[in-house]
Amino acid sequence: MSDFPFLSVLTVAPLVGALVVAVLPRRRPELAKQVALGWSLLVLALSVVMWVTWQTGGDRFQFRESYPWIPNWGVNFTFAADGIALVMLMLIALLVPLVILASWHDAESSKRSVPTYFALLLVLECTMIGVFAAADVFLFYVFFEVMLVPMYFLIGSYGGHQRQYAAVKFFLYSLVGGLFMLAAVIGLWVVGGKTFDWVALSEVDISTGAERWLFLGFFIAFAIKAPFFPFHTWLPDAGGAAPAGAAALLVGVLDKVGTFGLLRYCLPLFPDAAKWFAPWALALGVIGIIYAALLAIGQNDLKRLVSYTSIAHFGFIGVGIFAFTSQAATGAVLYMVNHGLATGLLFLVVGMLVARRGSALISDFGGAGKMVPLLAGVLFFAGLASLALPGTAPFISEFLVLIGTFSVNKPVAVIATLGVILAAAYVLWMVQRTTQGTLNPALTEVEGMKRDLNLREKVVVAPLVALILLLGFYPKPVTDVINPAVQATMQDIGKTDPAPSAGTPQEASR
Amino acid sequence: MSELKLPPIDYAALAPTLILLGAALVGVLVEAFVPRRRRHVVQLAVALLAVLGALTMVVLNANDRLITIGGAIAIDGPALFLQGAILVLAAMALLLIGERTVERGGAFVAQAAVTAESADDRRQADGAPGATEVYPLTSFAVGGMLIFVAANDLLTMFIALEVLSLPLYLLCALARRRRLLSQEAAMKYFLLGAYASAFFLFGVALVYGFTAGIPGRSAGVDFATIHAAVAESPSSPVLLFGGMAMIAIGLLFKAGAAPFHVWTPDVYQGAPTPITGFMAACTKVAAFGALLRVFHVAFEGARWDFTPVLGVVAVLTMLVGAVLAVTQTDIKRLLAYSSIANAGYLLVGVLAPTSDGVSGTMFYLVAYGFSVLAAFAVVTLVRDADGEATHLSRWAGLGQRSPFYAGLFTFILLAFAGIPLTSGFTSKFAVFSAAFDGGQGWLVIAGVLTSMVLAFPYLRVVVLMWLSEPGESTPAVVVPGWLTSAALTIGVVATLVLGVFPQPLLDLAAGAAEFVR
Repeated sequence: MSDFPFLSVLTVAPLVGALVVAVLPRRRPELAKQVALGWSLLVLALSVVMWVTWQTGGDRFQFRESYPWIPNWGVNFTFAADGIALVMLMLIALLVPLVILASWHDAESSKRSVPTYFALLLVLECTMIGVFAAADVFLFYVFFEVMLVPMYFLIGSYGGHQRQYAAVKFFLYSLVGGLFMLAAVIGLWVVGGKTFDWVALSEVDISTGAERWLFLGFFIAFAIKAPFFPFHTWLPDAGGAAPAGAAALLVGVLDKVGTFGLLRYCLPLFPDAAKWFAPWALALGVIGIIYAALLAIGQNDLKRLVSYTSIAHFGFIGVGIFAFTSQAATGAVLYMVNHGLATGLLFLVVGMLVARRGSALISDFGGAGKMVPLLAGVLFFAGLASLALPGTAPFISEFLVLIGTFSVNKPVAVIATLGVILAAAYVLWMVQRTTQGTLNPALTEVEGMKRDLNLREKVVVAPLVALILLLGFYPKPVTDVINPAVQATMQDIGKTDPAPSAGTPQEASR
Repeated sequence: MSELKLPPIDYAALAPTLILLGAALVGVLVEAFVPRRRRHVVQLAVALLAVLGALTMVVLNANDRLITIGGAIAIDGPALFLQGAILVLAAMALLLIGERTVERGGAFVAQAAVTAESADDRRQADGAPGATEVYPLTSFAVGGMLIFVAANDLLTMFIALEVLSLPLYLLCALARRRRLLSQEAAMKYFLLGAYASAFFLFGVALVYGFTAGIPGRSAGVDFATIHAAVAESPSSPVLLFGGMAMIAIGLLFKAGAAPFHVWTPDVYQGAPTPITGFMAACTKVAAFGALLRVFHVAFEGARWDFTPVLGVVAVLTMLVGAVLAVTQTDIKRLLAYSSIANAGYLLVGVLAPTSDGVSGTMFYLVAYGFSVLAAFAVVTLVRDADGEATHLSRWAGLGQRSPFYAGLFTFILLAFAGIPLTSGFTSKFAVFSAAFDGGQGWLVIAGVLTSMVLAFPYLRVVVLMWLSEPGESTPAVVVPGWLTSAALTIGVVATLVLGVFPQPLLDLAAGAAEFVR
């Protein structure tokens, strides 16, 4: 079974599904939805099989496949997954069916074709899987760029207020980052002996100056994608304007390409430059944590608020990556998964609230818990997960990042911890203003607010709630997969964890 | 006085050019003898058959590497590749030129001499059959281009330049509607083109003087002589530098590079759209083919002297094209500025001192030619009662009126923006990687930075088409006739195929990247 070409099939399958959905007649939207959902469930089933087939403790890269594409340039369709990519692939495969189910009626409010919406979601899934599964730098770049197109149309055609502005801003920011990366990709290809193979490139010795420039090219692209302060301004606009399902994928998965890229490309390919730039990257991460949290507190728009919380979380992930300890890096990868679950859930729940109220403004709510108790409860839970309450999955990752950072860089860890307090402030205040307190009389007149979660929506939130709790108490299945890949990445940059100092009095007295 | 002897002529190798020029002459006879109502079909058939016949000859000659007709013409890899490219793109352009169902009577004026804005003019605009002289004129231009990319001395190159330019000046003036704009475009193109030709000729004279100054060698303007003279030249030969600069001005004018680009937007806007597409695709191939040959063969030894100057020209071209494209409100002008920026990217490829640079540039030329012809094919379709609706505001909401054609145009715009899986990306990669490999990293950085700027105007059109609501004045897309459909299909399919499977054409270009000397 391990010979089965999982990764290429996983990449191509959603694309085929998208074509099928796109040619379905426009007058039968229900059929399109069902086909899209069925197809994404098929992809999920396949990826579960892949997860089971994965050999924990086996090679770093598994499921490797390679087919020649453009031999003149040494470009191959090379797919391979390490533990980090594997968990991200699982996250995608899980989120897409949930998003499709959650977006069941989203496209109907727009004048555009409903099947196209679901076809675009499936195209997006194809490119997202491709970008995590690629082990050829050229192929990675191709998916990295093409990913923009379906997202652009999802935001621009089906989004809410200011969707044009948000879509164009999203596309231009990402394209600018991508073009910086293109220059670096070409440079890497030239200094790396005209190959795009990740393994071959990771063994190339690059001169210090060139390494720093190339690192910078990749880093800018990933920092825009993630996004890190000060490249973040597109995310609140895009997250605020995108339909809730697309926003969940945007923040839950698409942005992880940035942090994944740092771990897969920036660190192993340019280890010395990564160490040289690390203080700057840590500074950006810390600023992002505090700054975005402060902005989140001030938001009156639910979707923008969630976007800002994500920027703060990406600050944590960035700190975890550039602390260069295996604890922090494991925490960062785990954070990528948990943030996808928690923020994905938060976005979907907020989307359900917004769809009912017809407004995303916090001031239009107030006491909503009295009308839709179940929905308010799930919002509260998603908020708690998002502020990393112990017992929910994000707590473990945030804690790992903080202790991993503390052992090498105390000031950064201490400042980052302030972000935890601010997170409590923005989440709890948001929950209080929307669902608690006296009932806003305007809400009683809105027809939609009289319906609590229906069965479809319960099916959407239940798996996410369950997973957040499960991984909050028992993260081992995920960490077992992540750990070897993280160890290998740490080895690539030649960093070993500092020896624990508390138990050795000789060292302490020295 | 010694007796003049006819040099040996390899007629098979020259056949493509001879077929085209012969067909142009036949076309002139057709004008004289075939009844008016049949002329259109006959002319189109003659021109298309000639192009296809010439293409067949190019394919049959594919393995030729020779210099013939007394050293005037070099039939080598780049010449054959570029001739093939010109012929394929010219066939597509002919399909657009021959279209008569989109607009009654075609895109061309019935009688060029009719006074603009007069009653006669309005009458002819209403659907009198267009002038059929365009076909022989196009054949002449294509014939000139075929010589231009194969010319092996500067005088032959100059003659080819004139043979390809003069018909183009005329063709620009033949738009059916907006006659004044069209005539103004032709006038501008002609005057500036005449200056550029003069510069070129003066440059040739200077280079001749330079070769004459090298002791122990005979003077001449064939590339082998120049090449040898450059190798033996003194440290800073003023004549060489002056000649090189003036020849470059003549060629860069045709290529549409800054600061010799000012004619491009006006001419692209005023010329009949099929001719605009023909110029954007074929003239570019010819101009860059000549640039490649002049700078990779004749002046190769002076590489260190011309690279910085041409590099600055390339950066300026990319910058001017990209920045000015942002402010355009007319789709044809926007595409004109985009073609200027693309000339800059092509120059980056020309300056890469390797055979990868040559093959990358040639690949880029073919890929861009297909895309730009498809783009102008769509432009011919968006129209109302007064002809083409080229103002961008009229394109608002086109995606909802005609999703299919708006989708095609979006795909082409994404290709121009260099999004992967389109030929725009693979061709940019080809020239940029060759330039980086050749030590011209700064040009790559400039190219990447201007690509960012250039993405904005493309995106603005996409936003207009898809995300804006259609206004009162948004025209519907006219259903194209089979000729335009065929051209559009070829262009779009080529854009996709060269983006996804570029390998065969890359192989072909790599195998054809060596010049003979």
